[in-house]
Amino acid sequence: MKIDLFITCLNDALFPQTGQATVALLERLGHEVRFNAAQTCCGQMHLNTGYRTDALSLVRKFVDDFRDAEVIVLPSGSCAAMLRELAPDAAHWEGDEALRDEVRALSGRIFELSEFLVKKLGVTDVGAAYPHRVTYHPTCHAMRSLHVGDAPLQLLRNVRGLTLLELPHADECCGFGGTFSVKNPDVSTAMLADKARHILETGAEACTAGDNSCLMHIGGGLHRLRSGARTVHLAEILASTEAKVWA
Amino acid sequence: MSTAEARLEVLTRINRAKEGAQTPERPPYPRAAAQTREEVLHTFQDRIEDYRAGFVRVAPPGLLEAVRTALGGARRVVVPGGLDAVWLPDGLDVRRDEPFLTHAELDGADAVVTGCAVAVATTGTIILDHGPGQGRRVLTLVPDLHVCIIRADQIVPDVLDGVQAVAAAVRAGRPLTWISGGSATSDIELVRVEGVHGPRRLQVIVVDGPAWRGRG
Amino acid sequence: MSGLHPSRPFPEAAREAVGNPQLRANLRKVTNTIREKRLRAVEELPHWEELRQLGAATKDASLANLSDRLLELEASVVARGGRVHWARDAAEARELVAQIAQAHQVTELIKVKSITSDEIELNAALDAHGIHAIETDLAELIVQLSHDTPSHILVPAIHRNRAEIQALFNRELGDPQHLSDEPAVLAGAARRYLRQKFLTTKMAVSGANFAVAETGTVCVVESEGNGRMCVTLPEVLVSIMGIEKVLQTWEDISVFMEVLPRSSTAERMNPYTSFWSGVTPGDGPQEFHLILLDNGRTDVLADEVGRQTLRCIRCSACLNVCPVYERAGGHAYGSVYPGPIGAILTPQLLNMTDKNANTLPGASSLCGACYDACPVRINIPQVLIYLRGEANDQKGVTLESLAMQGMRYAMSEGWRFEGAVKLARLGQGPLVRNGQITALPGLLGGWTQSRDLSAFPPQSFREWWRTRNAEPGAGSEGGQP
Repeated sequence: MKIDLFITCLNDALFPQTGQATVALLERLGHEVRFNAAQTCCGQMHLNTGYRTDALSLVRKFVDDFRDAEVIVLPSGSCAAMLRELAPDAAHWEGDEALRDEVRALSGRIFELSEFLVKKLGVTDVGAAYPHRVTYHPTCHAMRSLHVGDAPLQLLRNVRGLTLLELPHADECCGFGGTFSVKNPDVSTAMLADKARHILETGAEACTAGDNSCLMHIGGGLHRLRSGARTVHLAEILASTEAKVWA
Repeated sequence: MSTAEARLEVLTRINRAKEGAQTPERPPYPRAAAQTREEVLHTFQDRIEDYRAGFVRVAPPGLLEAVRTALGGARRVVVPGGLDAVWLPDGLDVRRDEPFLTHAELDGADAVVTGCAVAVATTGTIILDHGPGQGRRVLTLVPDLHVCIIRADQIVPDVLDGVQAVAAAVRAGRPLTWISGGSATSDIELVRVEGVHGPRRLQVIVVDGPAWRGRG
Repeated sequence: MSGLHPSRPFPEAAREAVGNPQLRANLRKVTNTIREKRLRAVEELPHWEELRQLGAATKDASLANLSDRLLELEASVVARGGRVHWARDAAEARELVAQIAQAHQVTELIKVKSITSDEIELNAALDAHGIHAIETDLAELIVQLSHDTPSHILVPAIHRNRAEIQALFNRELGDPQHLSDEPAVLAGAARRYLRQKFLTTKMAVSGANFAVAETGTVCVVESEGNGRMCVTLPEVLVSIMGIEKVLQTWEDISVFMEVLPRSSTAERMNPYTSFWSGVTPGDGPQEFHLILLDNGRTDVLADEVGRQTLRCIRCSACLNVCPVYERAGGHAYGSVYPGPIGAILTPQLLNMTDKNANTLPGASSLCGACYDACPVRINIPQVLIYLRGEANDQKGVTLESLAMQGMRYAMSEGWRFEGAVKLARLGQGPLVRNGQITALPGLLGGWTQSRDLSAFPPQSFREWWRTRNAEPGAGSEGGQP
């Protein structure tokens, strides 16, 4: 399959290894991965902070950049949710029905990485090896907007050497919420404190998730606490093999 | 200030606001699978007991004894007009609400015995439409013990069945009281406390049997 | 805090709440308990999703024909001997209640818990007329006696624990015996205190959970029996309802009686529900007034996106599942409507003109738990996002809007974004220690209050992609940064 990668702005700038791991993983599974270098951002941060016009110009750009894609894979649940769920609504709010229709027409081809592997490709064992104790945090958008369900867990259960530890209160938000984390830092921190406590309770070395935005927040907290636990994107675990460890 | 002026303005605002609003299609009311009468009765019993109200199911000849037991030590008993006298055992100080009893008289009563209009199994809800045998709303409110006699055929499976069963009474302008267990509060640390202002105890008697032809 | 207007922005109020350990402990306990209970109550109904859809559609149908429904309701109530009043705003509604009380020379009245009456700040207005309103719901009584304000729609004293209530009742209810901290004992004290009030007070005020246009039937859903006392025993009853509470037919009640108790108290059914239509001769109050309140609701109705907010049946399920509410508590929202629903309802009722209320749509991480829990499918996250835009429009140009515009510009082309990232990589130099940033300036300072940030790596993904494709045979084994 020809897969167009929408790497997302955050991964591009701050977490390139996630994108590299995604490429490695998809190529290992025998697919052709393409990266259109014109791409930038889905507009989620702008939309969620209340800057609709700015957001929609980025949605428009996304549509232009990916119009001809066969499938578009994102190593991010929240950006996938933005494009599939929110972008059409936002276009409608601004009266741009043409953009709404165009982004809707693309939405069936937009996949978050774990749902692409499990639901679209039907693969649950990607041949990965990762000999670590790991707990999984289901991010809100993947869980409630995309309904990826246990797809990430199915993938993790088939990783050689990986000990999967169940995260207590897993379905509670970590407190990131985009600009919420800087505009309401106290509540965000209080939520993070509980998430960090639950992660540490599992005794895991690493917490994984399908979204580097949430992981940046959780990981930043774990690091500040000098907790010794770290975060790692799901793609980096799934890309890892006995020969090459990605994270 | 004129309420007529306010009325006109609110209505104008609404008509301006709802321009273009479409009346949505309403999906059908989802219904549970059909249940046997025994299943329905069993569910009702389960719910009533879950509310920690008293429950007993008797054949018609056992009714008097059941009422006596349900009343326990209660002696001063209030009954609505229209309540079948054969439901009441001897030896009680029975006050019939004809003419209307005062609030003070009701406050002095130990218990009230009534029938009901319909009862809903899934939720363990007793619905009073305050018709004959059920009395004014205040009767089942002020005394501390409510003994409610329900014919088995008055118990319907679901909320919608109950709503439909009292539709005629509502359209006739009658008030309703829905009772699901005794008065309760969970206002302090979400700890359920049974019995606040309404009757602190509810005793449900379901009368079941082919010969039964009570009224209520 | 009273009424709708928050006295300060949410982040500021929340900072104080988050720092209160007793409040945090109470909130955690209560929200977690009720959350699990609600899940069990909902799982028991096989058709929950269908009921939610039906509930939403039933409310939408009524709202789409709201003026017809209200006129029908008015006619039905009047036909059954009641009187109907219309109030454009809070002041008109308060004045109507005071006038009715004065017409009956009432100096004391009893009240059933009603957020609508809190919305219009009724008690204070009645006080000014020399009329004392006694709250009869246990939690509202606790709140009233402690000169506090409710912090939860359903459990207004959720922020108080039993020890605090014990101390309050021992002080205020003048019981000769020292009360223990057993909830049953404390509830018993309230029963004794209120019983004489119920039996002797001439006038009561209630809200309304629903009203049926076809039959003129008003409904109060409750647990303790104080509601039944108030709508049954006094001679005069005044019910205040928001205009969005009206339903079309009697049968429309059913779906809400299925979803409301399970969503709010997580019970199959609440202990008591009263329905009445106008006046019933010989039974209950012989004088009934229904006040139909707008107070900003028609503004909400006029907004195509925000309109769904008016479906709300005040169950409070969204509060109990909300991680922000769990940490910040109800008072931080500064309005009688707290939690996720308050974050969208309050600013809209104020027509997006209140600066502090306009910070409420920001009081969410957009996790979506509220939407999943809502029994009438209000897409709260969607409305929150929408209202953040409306609030920004009110503010005009700000530092934030300029920063966002700048970022959008940087993201308008791939090469431009690459350049911006390179610039940031250079600019971060002084901030980086061991690959981490521990203090950020300006708008981003909130981040490093509690979190470190990994620094921009030496190579972005797109830079790596280019080098990888330039080096033959590099493949996916290429350059881990």
